[in-house]
Amino acid sequence: MPTSTPVLAIDNLSLEFPAYKNNVKALNGVTLHVNPGEIVGVVGESGSGKSVTAMLSMRLLPERSYRITAGSLSMLDRDMLAASEKELLQIRGRDAAMIFQEPMTALNPTRRIGRQMLDVIIHHQKISAAEARLKAIALLHDMHIASPEQVLDSYPFELSGGMRQRVMIALAFSCEPQLLIADEPTTALDVTVQRQVLLLLREKARQKGTAILLITHDMALVSQFCDRVYVMYTGAVVEQGLTADVMSNPQHPYTQGLLSGLPEMVEPGQPLMTIPGQVPNLAALPVGCTFAERCAHSMPICAQRPSLNPINGNEQRKSACWLPVKELS
Amino acid sequence: MNSAVIHAVTDMAPEILRLDDVRVRFPVSNDWLGRPRGYAHALNGIDLQVRAGETLGIVGESGCGKSTLAQLLMGLVAPSSGTLNWAARSEGQGSSNVQIVFQDPQSSLDPRLPIWKIITEPLYARGHAPRGQMRDIAARVAAQVGIRAEYLDRFPHQFSGGQRQRIAIARALSSDPDIIVLDEPTSALDISVQAQILNLLAELQRARNLTYILISHNVSVVRHMADRVAVMYLGQIVELGSAAQVLEQPRHPYTRLLLEAVPRLGVPLQAEQVAAPTELPGNRRLPEGCFFRERCSLCTAGCEKPQALLGEEPQRVRCHVQG
Amino acid sequence: MSVTLTAARGPRWGEKLAYLAYQVRRSPLTMAGLTISFIVLLCMIFAPWLASHDPNALDLGARLMPPSAEHWFGTDEVGRDLFSRVLFGSQQSVGVGLFVAFASCFIGGLLGCFSGVIGGRFDALIMRLMDIMLSVPSLVLIMALAAALGASLFNAMLAITLVRIPSYVRLARGQALSIRQMGYVKAAQTFGAGRWHMVHWHVARNAMPPLLVQLSLDIGSAILMASALGFIGLGAQQPTAEWGAMVATGRNYILDNWWYSTFPGLAILITATGFNLLGDGVRDLLDPRQQGK
Repeated sequence: MPTSTPVLAIDNLSLEFPAYKNNVKALNGVTLHVNPGEIVGVVGESGSGKSVTAMLSMRLLPERSYRITAGSLSMLDRDMLAASEKELLQIRGRDAAMIFQEPMTALNPTRRIGRQMLDVIIHHQKISAAEARLKAIALLHDMHIASPEQVLDSYPFELSGGMRQRVMIALAFSCEPQLLIADEPTTALDVTVQRQVLLLLREKARQKGTAILLITHDMALVSQFCDRVYVMYTGAVVEQGLTADVMSNPQHPYTQGLLSGLPEMVEPGQPLMTIPGQVPNLAALPVGCTFAERCAHSMPICAQRPSLNPINGNEQRKSACWLPVKELS
Repeated sequence: MNSAVIHAVTDMAPEILRLDDVRVRFPVSNDWLGRPRGYAHALNGIDLQVRAGETLGIVGESGCGKSTLAQLLMGLVAPSSGTLNWAARSEGQGSSNVQIVFQDPQSSLDPRLPIWKIITEPLYARGHAPRGQMRDIAARVAAQVGIRAEYLDRFPHQFSGGQRQRIAIARALSSDPDIIVLDEPTSALDISVQAQILNLLAELQRARNLTYILISHNVSVVRHMADRVAVMYLGQIVELGSAAQVLEQPRHPYTRLLLEAVPRLGVPLQAEQVAAPTELPGNRRLPEGCFFRERCSLCTAGCEKPQALLGEEPQRVRCHVQG
Repeated sequence: MSVTLTAARGPRWGEKLAYLAYQVRRSPLTMAGLTISFIVLLCMIFAPWLASHDPNALDLGARLMPPSAEHWFGTDEVGRDLFSRVLFGSQQSVGVGLFVAFASCFIGGLLGCFSGVIGGRFDALIMRLMDIMLSVPSLVLIMALAAALGASLFNAMLAITLVRIPSYVRLARGQALSIRQMGYVKAAQTFGAGRWHMVHWHVARNAMPPLLVQLSLDIGSAILMASALGFIGLGAQQPTAEWGAMVATGRNYILDNWWYSTFPGLAILITATGFNLLGDGVRDLLDPRQQGK
């Protein structure tokens, strides 16, 4: 186990969005660590808080719109919640980078790719425009793009989705960050392109020692790509551990429900297993375990919120549930 | 239901839709006189038969023409050549027994209409049922998809994504169709909600003897729901057969490439030895011969000729090497 | 299928009002606009009861009297009480302003929606017509129309309405064009919906919010325009009290009798400002919430 300081350390973070009557409790005690060089996945559905966590890690949420009610968030040993705008400008892009689901909205449609890439590179590295252009060409070449000069001279709409995402990844890696946060980076892409993009991400990350935090709703993707995984539900982590462990032996009923609801889990034509009910309203969360109302195993003690308990003493493998540990054969 | 039973049922079922060499092209970039300078060839010779009661899956990536196919089935575009035949109904009425469920439940429902009006809109638009009965029809159909009658006056934003998709399904059912085109019905939904919607669709199919045309890029959903599968590439069907056969023992090189790229639980991501170019060729100028030639590892002599869909029903492959 | 799915309970009317009050309270300018507009509307409706004198009653003995306890705003050159005339004048200026704003919004909105939905030659024709109307300065066009039709209140209203229609047509057409791209309109196309159904069911109600915002912003300037017409003598004719006309007549006496033009002028100023502030508030209320949804 790496003992060096984590690249991203979120501890017991709680956040709410003030609203008219009840505040929307988007995060309720999230604890999440990313160690140098590893690939960590965060899986969840709508309302789980995974995107909020990602955006908050880069302080990308509009400043006045939220309130931190507890906990801390530090990136590379710097307190991100207290960082000033000046410090953030240094951190973003250089120490940590982020790529989003829809590259079309991340790129300015009225400027050429070359201009946008040079802007970013020059902002963080004090080199001349000519050197920056050479660097950009080298980065695009790394991304297995056949004609980098042509891409640099194109506008975003002239490229396909996969190309745009590769440009974004190239930009993200341009300053060799220690952490890359990827929020659903391949959801909008075709499956063959998705595969290429992921291979590329992994290759670059391993090469440069960058850690990756991958946010997604696709369980199969996580099982293929991530070393460790966190499963989130209503703003809290409900299960975490090595991907292989969590996928093959899920302990939390929600994780079990998610996995057993996948179409590949039943014979074609048979009804799928479903989780009854629906996600509770974040402005009116139930007291105690937020999953209890949908859980087949709920007990009286579930009225008390379970903490993330290590399983069999393993600090890396946790589940937030009162049920005793079950081994699946 | 095992595959053998499905085959038996669908082989005996009557054909309700037939496409013969359908081609669709759209004019692009008109010159100053208004004449088109080029065409986008969206569909390039589709031959398809749909049988009553089956679920036909259409699989493909962006640019393969599946959205154009959906528009064609709904009567929004006309074929540039080839024929589209609906059984037992004339051309003009053909679209009335086909309904569609779109991918995004957010944008496919008018945010300013109460859901009972949304559900019965197809009936209003055609003037088919008397106005007084609309609410009752809405209540009945909503009950079948699990929406309670007391919510009929609410607006779409008051429902969750999964519930909105149910409303969209209810809307498709209200005019009592025979065929429903499902255009990526669960792609915008969470996994747990997807399971509920897929179960609902299966139940409705059994109860009403519906025919589904399921267009999706999600292979596991197609595997779960479809009896037969057609794989599309650049406006053509490159492989057609039973779901089990096409998705588990694919024959066409493109199908193999596609299925190999699908992430599977527990299967690690392996770097490929050869980085195959994965960009789809544009549909402005169609490639000569086999459309997949540039990306195909089995390319040999004979591939420079246009490929026909070889083989007998139910398995057909557009490849002279594999066929 | 026995899945009980609960949809969010829709807000009841009382809750909706309370939320509205909460939002309005947060913006003092909107509060001010709302208050002023409300007072003006009260004056308009209750003028007969609020006025101290008959606005048309001549009293040649009390000509051009300064403001006093008897005549709060003083009197005009034939002894009529100015306070009562200002109150009754609100019916002309504000009434015309409101009518014109609503009428032009309704007609222009409908025309724009159809233009956007039908497209093609019809759309091109309408837009060119609107371009022509917009290319002539509005006051000139109004004057020309009113002069051609004859100076009267009704003709003034007609002229102003016509002149204000093009901006609504463009707004509605733009909305219609973007609404046509929405998923629910494409869905309606698949059911075989005709153009009337499209406009009636989808386009009109979804195009409303920007039109309403424009309307609320427009009332202020419509009132100004009505007063301007009265000022040049093309609005309501004497002896009807009308703010613009009073300001115009008052010009002749302004050097020695400051109250004559001042009070009607202040009335115009305060009313237009009040409605403009209200309009700004409505825009702020409607726009961000659209995104928030």
